[in-house]
Amino acid sequence: MAQTEQAEQDYEKYYVPDQSPWPIVGAVALFLIAFGAGNFVVEQTKAQSGYGGWILTAGFATLLVMLIGWFKNQIDESMSGLYSAQLGRSYRQGMAWFIFSEVMFFAAFFGALFYARVIAIPWLDGAGNNEMTGAVLWPDFEAMWPLLSTPGGVQTTAMPWTGLPLYNTIILMVSSVTCHMAHVALEKNERTKLKVWLGITILLGCFFLYMQVVEYIHAYNDMGLTLQSGIYGNTFFLLTGFHGMHVTLGTIILIVLFLRVLKGHFTPDNHFAFQAGSWYWHFVDVVWVMLFFFVYIL
Amino acid sequence: MSTATTELDHDDHHHGAPSGIKRWLYTTNHKDIGTLYLWFAFIMFLVGGAMAMVIRAELFQPGLQIVDPNFFNQMTTVHGLIMVFGAVMPAFTGLANWLVPMMIGAPDMALPRMNNWSFWILPGAFTILLASLFMEGGGPAFGWTFYAPLSTTYSNDTTALFVFSVHIMGISSIMGAINVIVTIFNMRAPGMTWMKMPLFVWTWLITAFLLIAVMPVLAGAVTMVLTDKYFGTSFFDAAGGGDPVMFQHIFWFFGHPEVYIMILPAFGIISAIIPTFSRKKLFGYASMVYATTSIALLSFIVWAHHMFTTGMPVEAELFFMFATMLISVPTGVKVFNWVATMWRGSMTFEVPMLFALAFIVLFTIGGLSGLMLAIVPVDFQYHDTYFVVAHFHYVLVTGAIFSIMAAVYYWLPKWTGKMFDVTLAKWHFWCSLISVNVLFFPMHFVGLAGMPRRIPDYALQFADFNKWISLGGFAFGLSQLIFLALLIKACRKQGEPVSAQVWDGAEGLEWEIPSPAPYHTFDTPPVVK
Repeated sequence: MAQTEQAEQDYEKYYVPDQSPWPIVGAVALFLIAFGAGNFVVEQTKAQSGYGGWILTAGFATLLVMLIGWFKNQIDESMSGLYSAQLGRSYRQGMAWFIFSEVMFFAAFFGALFYARVIAIPWLDGAGNNEMTGAVLWPDFEAMWPLLSTPGGVQTTAMPWTGLPLYNTIILMVSSVTCHMAHVALEKNERTKLKVWLGITILLGCFFLYMQVVEYIHAYNDMGLTLQSGIYGNTFFLLTGFHGMHVTLGTIILIVLFLRVLKGHFTPDNHFAFQAGSWYWHFVDVVWVMLFFFVYIL
Repeated sequence: MSTATTELDHDDHHHGAPSGIKRWLYTTNHKDIGTLYLWFAFIMFLVGGAMAMVIRAELFQPGLQIVDPNFFNQMTTVHGLIMVFGAVMPAFTGLANWLVPMMIGAPDMALPRMNNWSFWILPGAFTILLASLFMEGGGPAFGWTFYAPLSTTYSNDTTALFVFSVHIMGISSIMGAINVIVTIFNMRAPGMTWMKMPLFVWTWLITAFLLIAVMPVLAGAVTMVLTDKYFGTSFFDAAGGGDPVMFQHIFWFFGHPEVYIMILPAFGIISAIIPTFSRKKLFGYASMVYATTSIALLSFIVWAHHMFTTGMPVEAELFFMFATMLISVPTGVKVFNWVATMWRGSMTFEVPMLFALAFIVLFTIGGLSGLMLAIVPVDFQYHDTYFVVAHFHYVLVTGAIFSIMAAVYYWLPKWTGKMFDVTLAKWHFWCSLISVNVLFFPMHFVGLAGMPRRIPDYALQFADFNKWISLGGFAFGLSQLIFLALLIKACRKQGEPVSAQVWDGAEGLEWEIPSPAPYHTFDTPPVVK
């Protein structure tokens, strides 16, 4: 295919990254994590001793080394102006699709929640053509949500949406605003404001996580609401738990961004990492709003 | 390609392939990674195939003779998992790696380092899955669909290893899909507009979207299996307010788009090969794009046709039946277009074309048996019989796998610069074609007669057919060794040198670069007119 002079002027050259050892380190890390976690879980439930926990730890350590090494490499290359605008677009699109995949991950658990509430529990109580299921299997079972008494007889109490969960919602919503303010400050090149807003966002994130821990302790110790409390406890803890993990990751991302801001990184028109971190933070906030609505209020 | 790289020393990288093992471990080159994916897929195809041989040996005669039932179940399960996640999907990803950048005039994939990471996760994931077979309690034995409670209450102790291995396979697939989708969105050469893209690129774009949409749902499903089995949750346990049927809903919400993930790239391949050897433009290009898109969108609303017998309100059964039958419309458009492309073309029958023609006929058989299975009252009869096994092997083996083989034969001369051994290739084709039909066609009959799937023993009246099925199976397995020999010869660069265009009638950017394709292509974007 002939390339014309015109093309060479209009289109910048492609940038193809150099070879890197970090992906393979990452692959080894994921192998150790998966193999270690699998063995660890099996050993825990069978009360055996084994190497699962150690392999898992080694996996996370390797992953940490990989993340530091890869990101350092990436930041160095970016700071030396190596990256083209096209690569910046690729990163942004890649991040957007990654967040879409995360949305679908949460969709699986929200799907389980809706299915249980709308279909499974009414059926257990004899809805539709399942009259005999209700009458024969568990005649005393009564459909309700939150499911405070399972067909098998496990009792629990419902987490109210007022109080701590409401405060947490406000905290995360405010943090989304402060995160946006930090982004605006970065685009206007107001570095002090950027540091203040980003710092506040991180503190709000940490405070949210602290409150979640308080809530979990309260649920386990005072309310009898545990991971084993039937489908209500299952969906409650898996949804809020995975969300909490994502907030933890988001907070770590924001802390890294904060350190980079202190070092003078990012310019008003070149700050993919900041943009990606901020997208991620807004994403965890939106998931929380969904959670607050469907898990706590309704 | 050195203007943008003043700060770091990139020189060696940009001229040729680095030597030694580091080339493969550290590579960021889409062609190297494509080769790795394709070889990995082929090795997994042989491993999964060996398990199928165990299954067919056990079923050669009625009664239990070779393996015990629990091991038989492990074989059917791991055979399925390996063929789906280890053979077909990585093979398509390998083809995407090799071809998509060359077809759209890009120098490489958009995110080359992540590309390397996606690949190298796979050997680890399958090591874990295969290792679990040798551990105490044995490997997964609940079928590749891991229905609860088989995978929770009644599963082997090593289920956690299965779960985490699927997790990292999913991470690999999602990263691979993000890479493909971003490459297509962002790396097209100037002038390569959406409706000029080769159909292989189109179909992979849509496949990548499906992957990103449903692999996370699979991750959710295995996570719930893990917590149900090991941490006392009851997502799939009615006593805790959950429902085992809910597992099937979540699994098939992933599973049905997954089926199209394994066939859409095949449609793209066939749409490249048929026009070349018919020496005509593809009939109905735009309708192919729209048909692919409709199939992908419909795939999200048909999942429960896998569960007609598990208990659903009749309204839901009707909805899923009609939605499923609707898919035959865009699929019919595709088959029609392929046939119309050949109509009055100057056809020749090189090996890729042979596989493509076999694909059209045999995939259509699989599609028609799928249409039969979509009919609710009929499915009540066919469900979990060998008829279903026949159906999905026609679409996956003579569909997906045949298309992969067609693709390998079609583009192999471009990759190596040499024509493959045509005699061996023809032996491979004819042996495969005959044996695969001996293997899978009689399964329709035993299935209609009521032989259940996933059972190591069967009633005496099925004995004759099963003997033939097994013989066909062994022959099909052996035929693949011809393919292995051919590929080894090709990788040793034996054979006649070929021209850049390779096949007269081949059109597209990949046929305008030299054969073998240089290590780096399109450092500056070509202009597509």
